Amino acid sequence: MVEVANAIRFLLNGDEVMLTDVSPDLTLLDWLRLNRRLRGSKEGCAEGDCGACTVLVGRLMGDEIIYDSVTACIRFVGSLHGTHVVTVEHLRGENGALHPVQQAVVDHHGSQCGFCTPGFVMSLYGLWMRDPDPSRTAIEKALQGNLCRCTGYAPIIRAGQAISGYGRPEADLLRAERIAVKDRIKAINDGRRIEVGAGEQRIIIPASLDDFASVYEANPEARIVAGSTDVGLWVTKFMRQIGPVIFIGHLQELKRIAENDSEVRFYAGVSYSEALPVIEANFPQLGELWNRIAGEQIRNMGTIGGNIANGSPIGDTPPPFIALGAKLHLRRGEHRREIKLEDYFLAYGKQDRQPGEFVESVTLPLLPAGETFATYKISKRREEDISALCGAFRVFVNDAGTVGMARIAFGGMAATPKRARAVEAALIGKNWSMDTVEAVLGHFAEDFQPITDMRASAEYRLLAAQNLLKRFYLETQGAGVRLKREVA
Amino acid sequence: MNKQSPITLTTLHTNTRHDSGPKHVTGTAEYIDDMIEPVGTMHAYLGLSTRAHAEIVSIDFSAVKAAPGVIGVLTAEDIPGENDVSPSHKHDEPIFAEGKVQFWGQPLFAVIAETRDAARRAAHLAAVDYRDLDWLPDVRSAQAAGGKLVTEPLKLERGDVAAGMASAPRRAQGAITIGGQDHFYLEGHIAFAIPGEDEDVVIHSSTQHPSEVQLMVAQVLAIRHNAVTINVRRMGGGFGGKETQGNLFAAVAALAAKKWNRACKIRPDRDDDMQATGKRHDFVVEYDVGYDDTGRILAVDAVYGARAGFSSDLSGPVTDRALFHADNAYWYPAVRVRSEPLYTNTVSNTAFRGFGGPQGMMAAERWIEDIAYALGKDPLEIRKANFYGTDIDNVTPYHQTVSDNVIHRVVDELEASSDYQARRRAVLDFNATNAVLKKGIALTPVKFGISFTATWYNQAGALVHVYKDGSIHLSHGGTEMGQGLYIKVAQVVADAFGVNLDTVKIMATSTGKVPNTSATAASSGSDLNGMAAWDACEQIKARLVAHAAKLYDVDAVDCRWVTGGLDIGKKHVPFAELAASAYLNRVQLSAAGFYKTPNIHWDRATGKGHPFYYFAYGASVSEVTIDTLSGEYTVDRVDILHDVGKSLNPAIDIGQVEGGFIQGMGWLTTEELVWDGKGQLRTHAPSTYKIPLASDVPPVFNVRLAEWSVNKEPTIGRSKAVGEPPLMLAMSVVEALGMAVASVADYRHAPQLDTPVTPERVLMGVERMKGAST
Repeated sequence: MVEVANAIRFLLNGDEVMLTDVSPDLTLLDWLRLNRRLRGSKEGCAEGDCGACTVLVGRLMGDEIIYDSVTACIRFVGSLHGTHVVTVEHLRGENGALHPVQQAVVDHHGSQCGFCTPGFVMSLYGLWMRDPDPSRTAIEKALQGNLCRCTGYAPIIRAGQAISGYGRPEADLLRAERIAVKDRIKAINDGRRIEVGAGEQRIIIPASLDDFASVYEANPEARIVAGSTDVGLWVTKFMRQIGPVIFIGHLQELKRIAENDSEVRFYAGVSYSEALPVIEANFPQLGELWNRIAGEQIRNMGTIGGNIANGSPIGDTPPPFIALGAKLHLRRGEHRREIKLEDYFLAYGKQDRQPGEFVESVTLPLLPAGETFATYKISKRREEDISALCGAFRVFVNDAGTVGMARIAFGGMAATPKRARAVEAALIGKNWSMDTVEAVLGHFAEDFQPITDMRASAEYRLLAAQNLLKRFYLETQGAGVRLKREVA
Repeated sequence: MNKQSPITLTTLHTNTRHDSGPKHVTGTAEYIDDMIEPVGTMHAYLGLSTRAHAEIVSIDFSAVKAAPGVIGVLTAEDIPGENDVSPSHKHDEPIFAEGKVQFWGQPLFAVIAETRDAARRAAHLAAVDYRDLDWLPDVRSAQAAGGKLVTEPLKLERGDVAAGMASAPRRAQGAITIGGQDHFYLEGHIAFAIPGEDEDVVIHSSTQHPSEVQLMVAQVLAIRHNAVTINVRRMGGGFGGKETQGNLFAAVAALAAKKWNRACKIRPDRDDDMQATGKRHDFVVEYDVGYDDTGRILAVDAVYGARAGFSSDLSGPVTDRALFHADNAYWYPAVRVRSEPLYTNTVSNTAFRGFGGPQGMMAAERWIEDIAYALGKDPLEIRKANFYGTDIDNVTPYHQTVSDNVIHRVVDELEASSDYQARRRAVLDFNATNAVLKKGIALTPVKFGISFTATWYNQAGALVHVYKDGSIHLSHGGTEMGQGLYIKVAQVVADAFGVNLDTVKIMATSTGKVPNTSATAASSGSDLNGMAAWDACEQIKARLVAHAAKLYDVDAVDCRWVTGGLDIGKKHVPFAELAASAYLNRVQLSAAGFYKTPNIHWDRATGKGHPFYYFAYGASVSEVTIDTLSGEYTVDRVDILHDVGKSLNPAIDIGQVEGGFIQGMGWLTTEELVWDGKGQLRTHAPSTYKIPLASDVPPVFNVRLAEWSVNKEPTIGRSKAVGEPPLMLAMSVVEALGMAVASVADYRHAPQLDTPVTPERVLMGVERMKGAST
């Protein structure tokens, strides 16, 4: 039996906060602005897309404290137990001067209207702490989740390139306090389950993965919230009641990544950012896609498990995972079962998940030698956009030059992530050539009847899906047909 | 008033940082939602229609009123004055719809509650019964239904169009659809009203036009203007979206504040802001252009249909300005252009950086392209062949002579500095050897007329106080939305007195300080307010010189303003000392300044006049790569040369050019407004409406000001306006994408891309080319 405590405790800048009465849908941004009157963080969109509310959240990872940039607008206060929240108000240079990040932005004319600026400062700060001499690409990546409508970004990028000339992270005042912060956070993370509120207002923060399994089995009506990048919007956009809530983003056991010679297993709580190095090492074909999933803050919050569990037809990870033959591990209490990922998605809004059951992990088999694999995401804006369509292609061409195996999966083309079985069937056994590719294109219309919406027309989706098969073929022939943005 | 520009001491023409920079980066710059609320502050939230066009049969508020925290509901019946905030004074824009709704997202009522959350939740609880009516979604449907207009159209005509067409050996005929654009200011609309005694009300409003908000609130409350004070310290972006669209929010906050005698704040969420407030007009331009075998245009005949939305708002002047820029930088020997500001059942479109000019210029660049591809020439050659002359061929369609034309120099310099010709050859070579990826490069010019075409708007006031310690208090009628107006005007004042910039305290804009101001719009902010502030300084300086001459017994001509103070004969008197002695000698140390733009006039009825004081020029070269399989693309390099006259602050001006270009690029590429079959805007948040990101900035982005340029007119410091013109530099991106698309059919057909040129439009353009080439 785990011990239970009844207060959510975390550090806000230099202060310890203890909350015994907090609604599960209270966002960090509203709490900062309305309850704490810290109004440096701004609301620009309330959906995690503009970054004006960016703050850093420090959390224990092993014995380290890791600071992630996150969007406070869709981060719930209840999920902050045992963390250190750093807002723009806490940034300071020596002797009350501007912090090096702030001074660089001022000197490079990086603010105009200034409303987005605190968010940019926090994103740049997070970058500078881990990468004081960033490449332009690194700066752009760190700023993918921050919108500015005035400057055209050029001066902000220049500021980002200049920060280390104003000061090095070693001298950072927040860095100096980290040892003390770590001790304080460790004291808060005392291994107890947290329970606050009752009924729909109930918040449960399980003590461990096993505790989560048993609590959820006992409370199957509860909402599981990991990164809140989806559920956050249910609250801010649709004002939906989400409680009772079980927050699981803190569970270290759900952040495990297990690798062996044949497969990689991601536990459900692994964020996109945490997964990136493992993805790049084991599935280099997914690196580009991974860096185009949302913005930095959302990649820091959103989890692999959440991207699968919510069943969205436009999630970015299911198409490549299905093409790779991913296995999904579901758990209810102590009962575990394994299914093929593609079988999880039953229909729009309907998944093969029982009450009290949750996604515990997903296993990706490594690509067998001799197979080729690629994933292409198409969106209106290259970065920080939702797929108009996302296609994953995997084939094995035998020595005779014929297709021995084909697995093709798409997102954005149907009500669920879905395999192109008619196209696959038409390819198998055929000579792997452009003539074959051209000959099978008609089968896409059997597999998919896409819709027209604000992201793309049905006509475009179908044509682009067909063309992606052409692109895949050309790439298997070594042709350089992939658009690349070349930055110095 | 047409004085010469001030003599520069030290502060003007330097790279002075934005005055709020340190406050921006620390989060201490105060926006309206950050202000401390008085105890008892109420919060308002709008209830919006969910029909594009319908009669309102009934509204049941019982669930709204019963919701927790609700104080009350405001409807049209609660308005003591007029239920109207129409800036055109056509009385066609109700605060709350009465009898019928005319677009999806139109405000019906407001809920007033103890918290914003309570008001927002309750606003969704009203039960509205509608009876649907036929509705008009867009330009084409409005034209097909007879073309009802929201305001009077304009026609500009010069030369004999019929004869020009008849003599033309070649014709370019077609239509271009130019999409609209949401402002996406990062700070949405907000108003915060605090009631006072008698009829008084003070409103903090996120508006570019405080005097108009003042008028509207007075009209709505049926009180005199002098009871209403509008304050604006800063906006989190405006771009034209807060020129008129803030009226409604201020009026609602004021209504509630006076009704309940409590402060009231209203801030819609992003989705409601985007659905309930106007945007850049989308246009369909139908054109018929006659030209000769060398590509010289002989005659232009075009109709500019614009989606005005349900009310007039600024659609009259916006569509007027589209016609004023139907020429961009080109001489049309004969021309007839007509506007159609069309009634549609969509949100009423409004001002947006460029104010119709960008759409007019986009159409001009379309027919230049049509001509170039038809003749198999580089479009740049056709552009140059049609540029206005400097001494001849220099009369616009509105009969104003272009007397300051520098487009030839701008384009020639940019063509050389960007290495355009060699790069174009390289692009052609690349396309000859690459089947999937294709490149394009294009150079497009910009010529933009500076002045409000509503001539009376071209005036400004300022109020300058000098205190006994020599510190200075500056107010003027312009508003700060990030563009750096405040710092530029402060530079003018510091420069005029020869004091350090930190001596000048920049005050929030207030209708109580400077009355009857114009919108901070039309790029005019520093031209107008800079001169008004300078006028105030000169008045005070004249009194100080007279005082000093008397005190030190010298001739006034022996007094000379220098950095730090006044040289009086051989004696230097620091400014603070001079101010102190002036006070003791009872010299008035405060002045109200005024300025009106000289030499402008405009007769709309005849379509003739001199509406613009001068023109700003610029040009850009863009190079792109497209993927002909997906339509995705990258903008690889952009070179810009832009004319801001003698810059008041090159750092601020470069910021306007870079920011304007990227904003224009967004308008023309990824920013797509999509309405569904029921008339609801489906792109109403950043998740669905895609403005450029840092990673969309061209990897090579060379931005230069034309340092040699000096305004021929005696503007403040001989500078030129910079707010709007750079937005249109982004047209070269469209033309470069077009070239890449056209390469698929060996450049034999004009690409004819509508905007925004999304990846989908690129791919469909490629498919058209493939179809045309077989």
